[in-house]
Amino acid sequence: MPAEIGTKLVSAKFGNEAAKTLAGYEKLGGYQVLRKALAMRPEDLVNEVKASNLRGRGGAGFATGVKWGFVPKDSPAVHLVCNADESEPGTCKDRELIYWDPHLLIEGMIISAHALRAVHNYIYIRGEMMREYAVLVRAVEEAYQRGYLGKNILGTGLECHLTVHRGAGAYICGEETALLNSLEGRRGQPRLKPPFPAIKGLFGEPTIVNNVETLMNVPIIIDKGAQWFAGLGVGRSGGTRMICVSGHVERPGVYELPIGVTFNQLINEVCGGVWKGRKVRAVIPGGTSMPPLSVDELDVPIEFDALMTDERIRPVEVRPGQLFDLGGGRQLRTMAGSGGVVVIDDHEDLVKAVWRIMKFYAHESCGQCTPCREGTGWLEKVCRRVANEQGKPDDLELLASIAHGIAGNTICALGEAAAWPMLGFLTKFRADFEAKIGKVRAA
Amino acid sequence: MSLEFSAEAQKKIAALCERYPSKKPVVLAALHLAQKEFGHLSDEALQLVGHTLDLPYAHVFGVATFYTMFRREPGGKTTIRVCTNISCMLRGGYDVLAAFESKLGLTKGQSNKDFGLVEEECIAACANAPAVVCGTKYFLDVEPAQVEEIIRYLREHPHPESEVV
Repeated sequence: MPAEIGTKLVSAKFGNEAAKTLAGYEKLGGYQVLRKALAMRPEDLVNEVKASNLRGRGGAGFATGVKWGFVPKDSPAVHLVCNADESEPGTCKDRELIYWDPHLLIEGMIISAHALRAVHNYIYIRGEMMREYAVLVRAVEEAYQRGYLGKNILGTGLECHLTVHRGAGAYICGEETALLNSLEGRRGQPRLKPPFPAIKGLFGEPTIVNNVETLMNVPIIIDKGAQWFAGLGVGRSGGTRMICVSGHVERPGVYELPIGVTFNQLINEVCGGVWKGRKVRAVIPGGTSMPPLSVDELDVPIEFDALMTDERIRPVEVRPGQLFDLGGGRQLRTMAGSGGVVVIDDHEDLVKAVWRIMKFYAHESCGQCTPCREGTGWLEKVCRRVANEQGKPDDLELLASIAHGIAGNTICALGEAAAWPMLGFLTKFRADFEAKIGKVRAA
Repeated sequence: MSLEFSAEAQKKIAALCERYPSKKPVVLAALHLAQKEFGHLSDEALQLVGHTLDLPYAHVFGVATFYTMFRREPGGKTTIRVCTNISCMLRGGYDVLAAFESKLGLTKGQSNKDFGLVEEECIAACANAPAVVCGTKYFLDVEPAQVEEIIRYLREHPHPESEVV
């Protein structure tokens, strides 16, 4: 049965201080699923997660069980790494999830590590999240003391270790291969793929990198069953989704919601509508790297496949009349991304907002690939002058050409993360940019 | 070598080295510890980290200069990180930053002995924008009028840059 608004899986313990301790978590049934999972064969666990339609909650929405299946059979050493480097602007769910329910994450990691036969496992947490780092370190210590982690967990003869590894300020470390480099004690610069981490990852060994929310769903799937979890969702997306709503709504917040909820439902029914009685102008659907939606595209469900394929969403253009090609003639509409929904009202200076997004990507480019290192800086500079009404007549063509020159030409997706919203805003809100340039010419 | 890690820090580093197949992955934690103990990462501090983990100075330098939380120069006791990214900007993040600049007499990027002021990128508190973070302490839904009170609070309760390592 599809989930209803109010169904809570991973956020069920939000606000419950007692549940953060091991004793409190156990009192609510915590670590019981672990006992069940450790008695299961690893391949059965992988199949269960495959059947659940759990998809990666970090941004790409890749099927978790399928990803797990990429690890070569009989690998002598495998690692599971939790990506807790949440930094995509507009996204604020993992920080809350860690803070309120650290043991659910740890239980999910131990079960997942058993499924992958992984022994040495890591949580890579963003450097700025000092409060959450302290919460996690304490919870991991508790789990060791209780025998859930260690050389012989719960007397099963299985070995499982978990280390919390703290970053030090770099958005790029959310990219999984940059994260692995940072975990190895290097500068956080992405690696060329292939080989993919599942084949050659941490310390050169097969590694699965999963998001916090993804791993926290695993104990729930093993407890309640894959069919039940798949049934909560829509199409090929099982379970619920943590949606972070920020910007111009009456009640911004981090909400766990059914996957089929539309943007209009989210804004009007969950978040109390647009603030100050205003109207929606634009919505960023899943973190700032995703192309925006305009007001007539908000009846689409917030679901991975729908946002990529629903024909009610206008495809992104490189310039008027020329569609952006994702490769093989595929159109780019948008993506569900990281669950960060940013609502922008009709009083906001959209060009200034786009400039702020570009400023972020220019700041965070790791500098490894020329198109991104130079291009993100140019996007920021040109956007700034257009926003300040100092733009030149051909600046829109220039912005499009820079963005198009970045996309597809870099080692990692940070290039697209800057290029896609740039092209998306130019496609759907071109008049705003033209008006800024028109003011220069009129002066 | 002029700098030495405290006994507690040495113990922490030794324990962390057990968690990885080599000492290299401990470099971030060792740099955080060095920053906590010495206030900033001077050339001597980088040498100490390299010496402790058997890493070349060039490698430690490369890592220390890649990540924004590591500082090579002395700074204020508490770093005030004001987010101005999109979600915070939409609800007045730049006004909050301006209020901090005016009340502290600092421009973003500057510091005095008590405070450093940083214009921060998204700190994952978007649903409570504008947000400010100082070490383990978050200030949420901040209004410019509250800035003076926040500064007073932080004077009494400093949150050092690497308070938790």
